[in-house]
Amino acid sequence: MTGMPAETVLEAIDLVKHYPVKHGLFAPARHVHALDGISLDLKRGETLAVVGESGCGKSTLAKCLMRLEEPTRGRVVLMGRDITRADKRTLRVLRRQIQIVFQDPYASLNPRRSIGTIVGDPIRLHEPLERPARRRKVSELLETVGLGPEFMDRHPHELSGGQRQRVAIARALAVNPSIILCDEPVSALDVSIQAQVINLLKRLQRKLGIAYLFITHDLALVQHIADRIAVMYLGEIVELADARATRASVLHPYSQALFSAAPVADPEAAARNTRIILSGDVPSPVDPPCGCRFHTRCSYRKDVCVAEAPALGAVAGRLVRCHFAGKSGFPPAPTAAAAVEAGKEAP
Amino acid sequence: MSAVLHVEDLSVHFRTTLGVVKAVDKLSFAIGEGETVAIVGESGSGKSTVALAALRLIPDPPGKVSGGRILFDGQDILTLPDAAIRAVRGRRIAMIFQDPMMALNPVYTVERQIGEVLRLHLGLSKREVIAEVVELLRLVGVPAPEDRARQYPHNLSGGMRQRVMIAMALACRPKLLIADEPTTALDVTVQAQVLGLIQSLKDKLGMAVLLITHNLGIVAETAHRVIVMYAGRKVEEDSVARIFKDPRHPYTQGLLDAAKWEETEGALLREIPGAVPSPFDMPKGCSFAPRCFAMLPLCRQEAPALQEIAPQRPVACFVAQKRQI
Amino acid sequence: MSFLRAFWLRFRNNRAAVGGAAVLSLVVLLALIGPFVYPTDPFDMVGRPFMLPFDRYPLGTDVAGRDILAGIIHGGRVSLLIGVMASLAATVVGVTLGALAGYYGGLIDDVLMRFTEFFLTIPSFVLAVVLVAIFSPTVVNITISIAVVSWPSVARLARGEFITQRDRDYVQGCRAIGMPDWEIIMLQILPNALPPVIVVASLMVATAILTESGLSFLGLGDPNRVSWGYMIGVARTVLRVAWWMAAIPGSMILLTVLAINLVGEGLSDALNPRLKQR
Repeated sequence: MTGMPAETVLEAIDLVKHYPVKHGLFAPARHVHALDGISLDLKRGETLAVVGESGCGKSTLAKCLMRLEEPTRGRVVLMGRDITRADKRTLRVLRRQIQIVFQDPYASLNPRRSIGTIVGDPIRLHEPLERPARRRKVSELLETVGLGPEFMDRHPHELSGGQRQRVAIARALAVNPSIILCDEPVSALDVSIQAQVINLLKRLQRKLGIAYLFITHDLALVQHIADRIAVMYLGEIVELADARATRASVLHPYSQALFSAAPVADPEAAARNTRIILSGDVPSPVDPPCGCRFHTRCSYRKDVCVAEAPALGAVAGRLVRCHFAGKSGFPPAPTAAAAVEAGKEAP
Repeated sequence: MSAVLHVEDLSVHFRTTLGVVKAVDKLSFAIGEGETVAIVGESGSGKSTVALAALRLIPDPPGKVSGGRILFDGQDILTLPDAAIRAVRGRRIAMIFQDPMMALNPVYTVERQIGEVLRLHLGLSKREVIAEVVELLRLVGVPAPEDRARQYPHNLSGGMRQRVMIAMALACRPKLLIADEPTTALDVTVQAQVLGLIQSLKDKLGMAVLLITHNLGIVAETAHRVIVMYAGRKVEEDSVARIFKDPRHPYTQGLLDAAKWEETEGALLREIPGAVPSPFDMPKGCSFAPRCFAMLPLCRQEAPALQEIAPQRPVACFVAQKRQI
Repeated sequence: MSFLRAFWLRFRNNRAAVGGAAVLSLVVLLALIGPFVYPTDPFDMVGRPFMLPFDRYPLGTDVAGRDILAGIIHGGRVSLLIGVMASLAATVVGVTLGALAGYYGGLIDDVLMRFTEFFLTIPSFVLAVVLVAIFSPTVVNITISIAVVSWPSVARLARGEFITQRDRDYVQGCRAIGMPDWEIIMLQILPNALPPVIVVASLMVATAILTESGLSFLGLGDPNRVSWGYMIGVARTVLRVAWWMAAIPGSMILLTVLAINLVGEGLSDALNPRLKQR
């Protein structure tokens, strides 16, 4: 990393997104608390990974940052400009700066259009290029992602999952964005293809200085690709730290459980690892638990955790949302007995 | 250790509008009592087909077992009469699938569905069934089992549904459990719970497990032996302890390299170029050759046969076979 | 393999559909060139009434001495014309409204759907009768009336398709690159939403023909045109003595409708599942 402080290209300030839940005529209005006060910043050229399980709100976060969904409250600042309430015309221009790659390569490309048209669409909408010049640009883009010009006239169903993701990346690159949101870009791909796509993303970042907001649930991948990691749980960020720091230790009990739960492709390490197994399932985001949202599954729960919701505080160079963060020896290393006990389902 | 399941030269093909696809090509392996054997492969490897074939669940048409035998407890599954195979399914060999929501019937209660297995195979009375269902739910770690038994699948979370499916599978204490990507659709923390559950139950009941997965981490943690499949064929088989340290087939090496996210922080991963070939367009010779970093001219002409480069270590690769141990 | 080629292969394998297509082509051919090959005016009284078929006139004459074959040929024109045009109009209107309702949702969806449902609650044939009775029976009015009672089901179908497609990643991706709404609706979603609509539209031709025949049978058809329904209506009173006068046009309706249905089913099977190489 260079010594110069990099500029912030994208910022979320206290983002809140609640979805109303349709209920009977006379039932009180209930909401899905998809995001509850998310604040984070993304610097030029860095990779910020957002990890979490289903229901934590990471996909909603991506959609709100791209203004594909309207945040209920809070602000989104893109390249220094507040775009939370920007109108369609301003948004259109700004959309060049931030693009998105989706998880499902089989749903993210229009099955009826050719690859050349799909990658050419963003160019057509934003740049006054004639058709031959556009085709040349599309060909270049395809080459950048490792696909030959013969792919221009093919249709998505003729391509494999990995190839489709490459096309999605090419389309994202077409307008020279500074930021690409990657929403689980490799989860649906075979393992050997995942490595190809990740390497491609890394090479592009080095060459073009693009910042990635990388959403994933794959914790091993996160260690490899991220500069900073944000752990989300039920619509909140519970820990935000440098990736390197998290290799040594994590400070939030949920982060601890999450990282220990990931299966390790090494039988000896696996035998040594005492896994923390969380009790129960993720509570529904419609009625998040009171106090600390994680308290229902936390092995270290105390009374204060039920009574009071902890704020995201700075501890040892990172941000942690826990009453006991920073206390020496917390969270304690798991013992085998505690792990077995926690493995039973909570009522 | 006697073999619970013995697969000999199994071949399965599918008829499609574009031609005939050989999903599994002369696969042989055995699972001993109480052993966990994992079959690892990517899309098109044929691993899920193997699981279905073991219970004779291949849809016919368009699929067909075109060769081989599957011996379970001395009998060939593939030639059993219908009534006999029905007695095996669910009772002596059980299967759990990837998506529990798809495997559970949304209009029947949990009790009814687990009870079905008990009624069909063990002929228990209604009261016995209810008691046994509650016991099973307790066994798989579902809290308040009496209440849960009367609920419907949509009332349960993903992890709980998977537990219900496991309860259904274990209701008759089968000798062999086939788990086809049992945790792929689950969150990481729930996955850890379910895997732990399968392990503990396996020990408790003395079951053998055939685990189908693409996740090498799960293999490392739960399996004794692993079979690596590529494009319908077995390319390597070894004990888990050894294969992670010393994989011999270039594809296995590539898979392990590609899974080593943590060790290569910052640098690029070693990737396997290209993609799995289309089953209609299989290359001549070794099907992995076009993507192989160690390819020899021979590899393009002849398909390598499985050969034990050491006892219990078959590898289908000329390069590995030529190498000294 | 391109989408069209795969579609054609699948369609071709469906023998019933191919048979239907063959019959349909013959009927269309008959309607198109028939009047040139056999120019007798169906209203002309060419001979004695009640002449038997295969005598002087290939299909005999009806109660007023008109040539039945001429009636079949000209009637075919009328039936097919009304059937196709009504179906086309209904499809255009239905897809437009359904697309807007499905894509935008919210208030637009509510208003359009209430409007659509209003039409769906009224039995379509009865409404057609009422409309034709109010506005004088001409080919144009009949076509419009049939279109009016047919568009709601298309609208509902199109709306469903648009709702499904609207949340797909590729649509989100288009929004993310700043594509204007109309382009997303027309160029991105519509080609994907069309296959089921095409199937319904083709089956609607059959229904339209039946409706038109029904209207003509009741005497509400265009009095200046002979249609198959009209011929059956005319033959109603003499059913016992000259059953063929009703049976012949009736068989033509049956054949045509059956052929259209077979083709429609064939289209449905061939378009679904869409070619996915997984």
